[in-house]
Amino acid sequence: MTGPMSADLEELYQSIILDHNRRPQNFRAMPEASAHADGLNPMCGDQFTVWLKMNGDVVEDVSFQGSGCAISKASASLMTQAVKGKTKAAAEKLFDSFHGLVTGHGGGEDLGRLKAFSGVSRFPLRVKCATLAWHAMRSALDDAAKGPASNPTEPQA
Amino acid sequence: MNIKPLAPRADFPLLAGDPKLHYLDSAATTQKPQAVLDAISGYYERDNANPHRGAYTLSAAATEAYQTARDSIARFLGAADPDTLIFTRGTTESLNLLATAWGHANVKKDDRIVVTRLEHHANFVPWQQLALATGAEFRICELTAEGEIDLAKLSELVTKNTKVVAFGHVSNAIGTVNPVAEIAAIAHRVGALAVCDGAQGAPHLTVGFDSLSVDAYAFSGHKMLGPMGIGGLIAKRDLLESMPPYQMGGDMIALVGDNATTWNVLPHKFEAGTPNVEGAVGLAAAVGYLESLGMDKVHAHESALVRYATERLSAVEDVTLLGPPTERRGGLVSFTLRDVHPHDLSQLLDAENIAVRAGHHCAQPLMRALGVNATTRASFYVYNDSSDVDALVSAVAHVRERFAATV
Repeated sequence: MTGPMSADLEELYQSIILDHNRRPQNFRAMPEASAHADGLNPMCGDQFTVWLKMNGDVVEDVSFQGSGCAISKASASLMTQAVKGKTKAAAEKLFDSFHGLVTGHGGGEDLGRLKAFSGVSRFPLRVKCATLAWHAMRSALDDAAKGPASNPTEPQA
Repeated sequence: MNIKPLAPRADFPLLAGDPKLHYLDSAATTQKPQAVLDAISGYYERDNANPHRGAYTLSAAATEAYQTARDSIARFLGAADPDTLIFTRGTTESLNLLATAWGHANVKKDDRIVVTRLEHHANFVPWQQLALATGAEFRICELTAEGEIDLAKLSELVTKNTKVVAFGHVSNAIGTVNPVAEIAAIAHRVGALAVCDGAQGAPHLTVGFDSLSVDAYAFSGHKMLGPMGIGGLIAKRDLLESMPPYQMGGDMIALVGDNATTWNVLPHKFEAGTPNVEGAVGLAAAVGYLESLGMDKVHAHESALVRYATERLSAVEDVTLLGPPTERRGGLVSFTLRDVHPHDLSQLLDAENIAVRAGHHCAQPLMRALGVNATTRASFYVYNDSSDVDALVSAVAHVRERFAATV
């Protein structure tokens, strides 16, 4: 940047976030998934689909695709790494902890590398970006528990 | 290159108070000159009462202030008959007024409604929903490769059963300036209404409504130095007189019987309830300010900034500019930076005191056709100068380096 970037902004765009933005992990569709859900931010049009493959109560595999900003994409990427192998309850607990971290309302337990998103809480407009894929993951978890469901991406006429 | 501001920054309290700010989002809303703020406070300090209500002096003063504002805004927009200027909250309400009041009275099953791929949601969704409600056919005219309305396609789409052709004067998303008279002629060939969304036209170009040949023209005050919450719809008198009212209430009636009501004359028929006098007075001061600058000079100033910005941004690697060539583009540049999402870009530009818009610009159908989710848009107005462009270009180049530098 022309001047030194503010400390807040440096924290928001940590290298781990920029790295996952450039090379997102588990960035693929999953035809054999147990459930999938879309996350849409109507304000900016960003959109992700999250797929889950459950083995009983355990998230055996998780993937995502879509387009969005660095914050939303890196958050989705790190999320897939964090929830793989977790039980539904543990994944939901992680959601709460991550949500608390980025909204500045407590949380932050057991987040490991996801702590890189702590800077988001000082940019309230970006909370939606950081949690977009997480909300999709949570509704896919619920759908998987209920059985197959469809999530239209286009509004129905 | 040194392009000086057309209007002194000192006239704009917000800009004067924040000398480092590069405000490049005037297509969303403009900053306000002191003259507008003074007109609004002056109205409340001297003339405030409910217009058209009381016989007392103060109510007459409020009525006079409101009517004088209407006269000057109508004159500014080139409408000889000020009573055909209906005040609304802005472009969105103006277009909803037409789509609802005129639309439901005139559009029926098997009729056709035509819009274009360039439209802002405000000139798209009301017509789409009118079509769904009436069973009319909703057609979207596609664009040329350069992002302009394809007039040949439009001619084919505008069939005999077409009742309305709704299109923007200037695209808010990519800046295309549309050939209003040619589009209106295509609509009129089959007797369809030509409706023009002037949200991005009125602030930047001489409108000249009476010679523009459209049937209705919608605009927003806050995009042309006026306050938020005021705008208008200018339309042909016979159209307004033949339409049913939009909202019912005080001021818009002539006689209210127990079982029936008759409507007031124009413009009151479409202005139910206590009007936004403060807004009208503020907007009149804004058009007075623009008149003193001269709309030809406003347009020339923006064109110079757009040419300069286009030339400099094109030289930044990985920047792609959208929209038609500069000579057919309004006062904005819309662009993408490869591998950097517009939201990230605008957040990083904000740290450099550069305010730009990032997103879909309320034009999702257009974004889909362009194959992008979002763009970054810098839009210019009378207070901008070449230093704003220089700051933007150097910050974009630095963001590119930063995103590319990650391992």
